[in-house]
Amino acid sequence: MTIAFKLNGEAVSLDVEPELPLLWAIRDELGLTGTKFGCGIGQCGACTVQLDGRPVRGCLTPISSAEGRAVRTIEGLDPNGRHALQRAWVELSVPQCGYCQSGQLMSAASLLGANPEPSDLDIDAAMSGNICRCGTYGRIRAAIHRAAEIVREEEGVS
Amino acid sequence: MSGLTRREFLGSSAAAAAAAAATSGGLLVGCTSAPAAESSVPGGAALGPWIQITPDGRVLVWADKVEMGQGTMTGYATLVGEELDLDPARIEMIHPGVDARFGFQNTGGSDSLASSWLPLRESAAKARARLEVAAANRLGVSRDELSVDDGRVVHAGSGRSLGFGELANEAAALAEPRDVVLKSPDQFRFIGRERPRVDAAPKVRGAAKYGLDVRVPGMRHAAIVRPPRRGDRVERFDAAAVLGMPGVTDVFEISSGVAIVATGTWQARRAAAALPITFARGEGPRPDSVEIRREQDRLLSEESGRAARDEGDVEDALASSEQRLDVRYFTPHQAHAAMEPLNCTIIPQSDRVDVHLGTQGPTAAQDIAAHILGRSREDVFVHTAFLGGGFGRRVFPDVVVECAEVVKHTNAPIQLVWSREDDTGHDFYRPATGHRFRAGLAADGAITAWDHTLVAPSLIPSMGEDIAGAFGPEWMRGFLNAAGGGLAKVLPRLVGPIMALEGASDQPYAAGSVRVASVLHDPGVRVGIWRSVGHSNNGFVVESFVDELAHAAGDDPLEFRRGRLSEHPRHLACLALVENKANWGAPAPGRHQGVAVYESFGTVVAHVAEVSVAGSRIRVERVTAAVDCGRAVNPDIVRAQIEGGTNFGLTAALKSAVTFRDGAVVESNFHDYAMLRMNEAPEIEVHIIESDAAPSGVGEPGTPGIAAAVANAVFAATGKRLRELPLRLDA
Ligand code: FES
Ligand code: FES
Repeated sequence: MTIAFKLNGEAVSLDVEPELPLLWAIRDELGLTGTKFGCGIGQCGACTVQLDGRPVRGCLTPISSAEGRAVRTIEGLDPNGRHALQRAWVELSVPQCGYCQSGQLMSAASLLGANPEPSDLDIDAAMSGNICRCGTYGRIRAAIHRAAEIVREEEGVS
Repeated sequence: MSGLTRREFLGSSAAAAAAAAATSGGLLVGCTSAPAAESSVPGGAALGPWIQITPDGRVLVWADKVEMGQGTMTGYATLVGEELDLDPARIEMIHPGVDARFGFQNTGGSDSLASSWLPLRESAAKARARLEVAAANRLGVSRDELSVDDGRVVHAGSGRSLGFGELANEAAALAEPRDVVLKSPDQFRFIGRERPRVDAAPKVRGAAKYGLDVRVPGMRHAAIVRPPRRGDRVERFDAAAVLGMPGVTDVFEISSGVAIVATGTWQARRAAAALPITFARGEGPRPDSVEIRREQDRLLSEESGRAARDEGDVEDALASSEQRLDVRYFTPHQAHAAMEPLNCTIIPQSDRVDVHLGTQGPTAAQDIAAHILGRSREDVFVHTAFLGGGFGRRVFPDVVVECAEVVKHTNAPIQLVWSREDDTGHDFYRPATGHRFRAGLAADGAITAWDHTLVAPSLIPSMGEDIAGAFGPEWMRGFLNAAGGGLAKVLPRLVGPIMALEGASDQPYAAGSVRVASVLHDPGVRVGIWRSVGHSNNGFVVESFVDELAHAAGDDPLEFRRGRLSEHPRHLACLALVENKANWGAPAPGRHQGVAVYESFGTVVAHVAEVSVAGSRIRVERVTAAVDCGRAVNPDIVRAQIEGGTNFGLTAALKSAVTFRDGAVVESNFHDYAMLRMNEAPEIEVHIIESDAAPSGVGEPGTPGIAAAVANAVFAATGKRLRELPLRLDA
């Protein structure tokens, strides 16, 4: 069946089985590999992408549910890779192996989108579905606060 | 930036050939006219084994120790940048293929920076010397009138300068100087400074390439269905039942199970789940965690073991002690659970084979692929991707064996991806161990006797059995050949109880008599090296038991340690620093503290854990650490590694264990083999001891001590001594 949706702002259509998980549609069919596979059962968050701005686990989301909607992956988080979160992540040297970080960033982007000044508890609630085996949690937390600050500063300036 | 470099490099170096290959229906990656993997760059002048400079002034450095999160690329760039007086951010880092110029390539033992600290700087300093001589020749001035600034050799007197790129070829033609003077620490501009990771930018854009991300036209995807029990065999399977499923192209048996090849990862995985298959029982043991624990307990009662250290008469000393303790500790099996499931991509062509994977040991990967595919090693090119975590798991090349067998059968480009269930169920596990401590205390609290007997398997028989069994003799031959001279270095660490004893036989506390002995017990579990190896168990048991002695002596746990470490100034310094930074003795209300100090891989780490306990729930609120790793090449990466190592140790301390039942692993994925998560991760503060000593490793030393620090804090909170991992109050 043909499924048409927007991927990082561009119209795409795929002729695939409707149950094909969004994760594998993005990676194997569309060739965008920033979104990662970690568990396949919704437990790790490595596959997190946004569907109409809300975070979903790509491994559990059938491609059919993307029909007519907007999918955003790490590659589309910012046209220049300069989203406040990405800058904060680099500034605080968050990534270690880096494998989980696409998913962490997409979860964090959804959090900041809904809540520009998250508390530590908000961060716990939004980010506890994303595992980092390298243990970068403290830096992720600090970088989310830092990104919120960057956004405030830049809005204050403009 | 440098993380992208490899890709950009591949793009630029192979662009023309790739374009040609693409239009002729060939392969984009590993195109036939490409040079030997990523061992050189077109036009690049080699200045020593690690450094090449292109005519347009790009400085490329080969990271023969791979980047798996521990910051090797940043460390390498820092050391080279220092001697070249070039901003490390401008250096492009590349993972080499298998290359004789780096000898036996293996990354582990937290030695990447420790082992490159001098050689890499010397190589960079020699490169600089040659660039300066080339410039002096060109400008007709003497070399000592020259300085180096931002990638140029400058003659201040005349204002003339030449870029590294302009000089590289002439420099490379000059003889390498025999001796070279390295910068003195007071001249350091980059070493010892907080600097950003060079691989952060691509990793936050989803642009860093891991093994899983290799994409080649025509590539197919494989999944393997394996017997859940090691040693069992495939009895029968019904290929026809899944061959009709969409996308499935091949179903056939390989040495480890049944391979399913399909047009997509998911299609292969779906067919694997649907494959009707039965397994025949093998001859081997069927390990069972309850029985392993029981047997360890029996051995600890009945065997005195082979002594690795025997000083004074422990029995005599015990008999005349004021107080005696006799307790047992146990640790379970653990899986590595790197976030990136194991994978390998192999692209066969008539004249070459390209192997793509994130690996700690590319040399073994090359030899195995060559062996299985019947090619000469020279025709097999290994491309090391970023590793989505290693932790010791990616030393073992079993995934290469499987992928090569699938390629042998299909003669097509194949990407094999393990599922998380494969990863949890077919690991080289951290061994489960049992420990008996007997100790005596004098009336004044002196340790009169320290007797530690541990029960553990050796790593070699387990690997050997798999080598001979599941993977066939080629695996063994491949691994041994690949290891070559390097094996002599590696083997002693793998053989016998040596690794199980590290941190136990050399425990640092002063005692009147000391005996440390091991009993070898192999329950038939495939075991391997897991972040910090033997230390990961001994850090817990030794530092917990010392805490027991402190309480028995009625002493403060930190003071008690201090009193018995007078011969170990680095331990003392770490204790003093952590005591101060953690506000030892004055935890926040409702919280309790525990301390541990432990040396591994030449680095000493002291942890203070601050925990709160509600019912049976243990919550680690805050961890303070002090670390002595010699000179910190990049203090921020040192802190990051101790933070990460601490969280890694906390998962083993609090969350999970691998359980064997009737030969199979019970846990399968993150729902039952749980990882520490954001809401459970403590605030971690790391303080670094100033040191002029050569750097020692930081990738592993954050892990061993934390479980003990937490257990000791739980004792402070509850009076309950937890002697088994994971720590459970309701037990
Ligand atoms: S891969 Fe989707 S949550 Fe883990
Ligand atoms: S950075 Fe390695 S898993 Fe998060």
